[in-house]
Amino acid sequence: MTDFCALTLREAIEVAKKDGAQPVLDAFAKRAAELNPKLNAFLRFDDRIPPTRCDMGTLPLAGVPISIKDNLCIDGREVTCASKILAKHVPPYDATVITKLKTAGATLFGQCNMDEFAFGSSCETSAFGPCKNPWDLSRVPGGSSGGSAASVAADMTLAALGSDTGGSIRQPAALCGVVGVKPTYGRVSRYGLIAFGSSFDQIGPITKTVEDSAILLNILCGHDSKDSTSSPEKVPDFTQALKRDVKGLRIGLPKEYFIAGIDPEVEKSVRAAAEIYKKLGAEIKTISLPHTEHSVAVYYIVAVAEASSNLGRFDGVEYGLRVPSKDLREMYFETRDQGFGQEAKRRILLGTFVLSAGYYEAYYLKGQKVRTLIRQDFEKAFKEVDVILSPTSPTPAFKIGEKAADPIAMYLSDIFTIPANLAGIPAMSIPCGFTSGGLPIGMQLMARPFDESTMLRAAYAFEQEVGVYKKKPAL
Amino acid sequence: MEFKIERVAELARLNLKPEEKQKLERDLGAILDYVHKLSLLDTAGVEPTSHVLNMENVFRKDEAKTSNAAEKALAHAPQADGRFFKVPKIVQR
Repeated sequence: MTDFCALTLREAIEVAKKDGAQPVLDAFAKRAAELNPKLNAFLRFDDRIPPTRCDMGTLPLAGVPISIKDNLCIDGREVTCASKILAKHVPPYDATVITKLKTAGATLFGQCNMDEFAFGSSCETSAFGPCKNPWDLSRVPGGSSGGSAASVAADMTLAALGSDTGGSIRQPAALCGVVGVKPTYGRVSRYGLIAFGSSFDQIGPITKTVEDSAILLNILCGHDSKDSTSSPEKVPDFTQALKRDVKGLRIGLPKEYFIAGIDPEVEKSVRAAAEIYKKLGAEIKTISLPHTEHSVAVYYIVAVAEASSNLGRFDGVEYGLRVPSKDLREMYFETRDQGFGQEAKRRILLGTFVLSAGYYEAYYLKGQKVRTLIRQDFEKAFKEVDVILSPTSPTPAFKIGEKAADPIAMYLSDIFTIPANLAGIPAMSIPCGFTSGGLPIGMQLMARPFDESTMLRAAYAFEQEVGVYKKKPAL
Repeated sequence: MEFKIERVAELARLNLKPEEKQKLERDLGAILDYVHKLSLLDTAGVEPTSHVLNMENVFRKDEAKTSNAAEKALAHAPQADGRFFKVPKIVQR
């Protein structure tokens, strides 16, 4: 008998087109019910939403289950951002990506756990309990799209959507041993994504294979009149990009990404990947991205400034939690106190501070200027190389609680993923090996703006050569 | 760097519990010390990046369309009265 849950998205679509999606859906419903109490990857999953049309066998996704990070609005369904301030919140509309998935024939399956408002790198700040890493239940799945990555790694869903502001798709994908793609800023409409850092946020797929990500990107990408920052750039067929090899492709290894503090097994694995690319005919060059070390500081000024402003809307007036109070002012203060967790409060306070009178120039404006320097680093580098290869995260999955008390240590786990958000370029993580302790290691590929095709081609060539993705966690 | 938490919390419309104030104040002081290293970088003549896509303003025609979003939004409001969101008194007598 076929183990439907072990199929890739492409394989499951073939099965569903032939025999219908029902057996696939039933298999996932059973597996999710079995595993979710252990992993806490889904906040909700028992109320599936069928595709818009019933002739689903003729649609690209043929009715198969896709799961959704809980910061994407679904009309008529509870969506919480894993925050108490939005508990029981029911959006009155679908995010554009949700409309696109429904129209393409997806069954919306689980709503995935995440760090509260996507603030975190471990999924520990969820108001509804942490999500666990399927490879080791005492470890974090990464974050903020931890539930999305964990559910894909655990075969609880065929694929999931995440969002990435500073690494929130790629870092959990790396820590869970799956593929995660952050497209170019503007590629995917942000309409209906509950905003964190509006000049950074991008929605993207988390999947078992590179090909599965290409299939979903074909559906998700494209201009949307409802998002004025979505790009009119033409969207190619990303699955076609996989057909070419990497002979002659110029791949850069940035020396600033192999620094003290990086786990030796991670470094070894990524350097071994470079050797594999050489064997496949690519050219490997050492490059420099000199302002890398400043990325985290820039991000924790500019992204928190945007976050504090975006989270101003949660005040108890129109939706979500309201703490009954004697007057309006007290209602704002009390609702926000009781509704937000510690990391959300920390970022709101920091963002409010850097935007406040007297500090704006020293922090926010300075941050934006250094952001320009980081963009220019990439512009220069991409004159010499076509793709940049690096570790996704300096370490494999860490223990639950290990970094929870030290915000700076937690922030530094995003040091390799943040630069792509600052520059707006596409970046992805794919599995490249395992530690001696059996934890997955991810490597990151970055490319020029709107050149996801080259990035996916490089990822696919490596994946097919090495086959790391075939190994599954024992659950 | 010292972080004056009471003042910032007031600006952010955020009450803080007495037991969380100290830890947050310490954390935020440490984060500001960390980001302070940016001040050592020379950014004279560098234009700030507020957005990565060099996009121009986007316009569309102002066309009326039917929508029931308002009713749906009001249906899930913490408190509503007809077509209005209801809030506690703004000015106390």
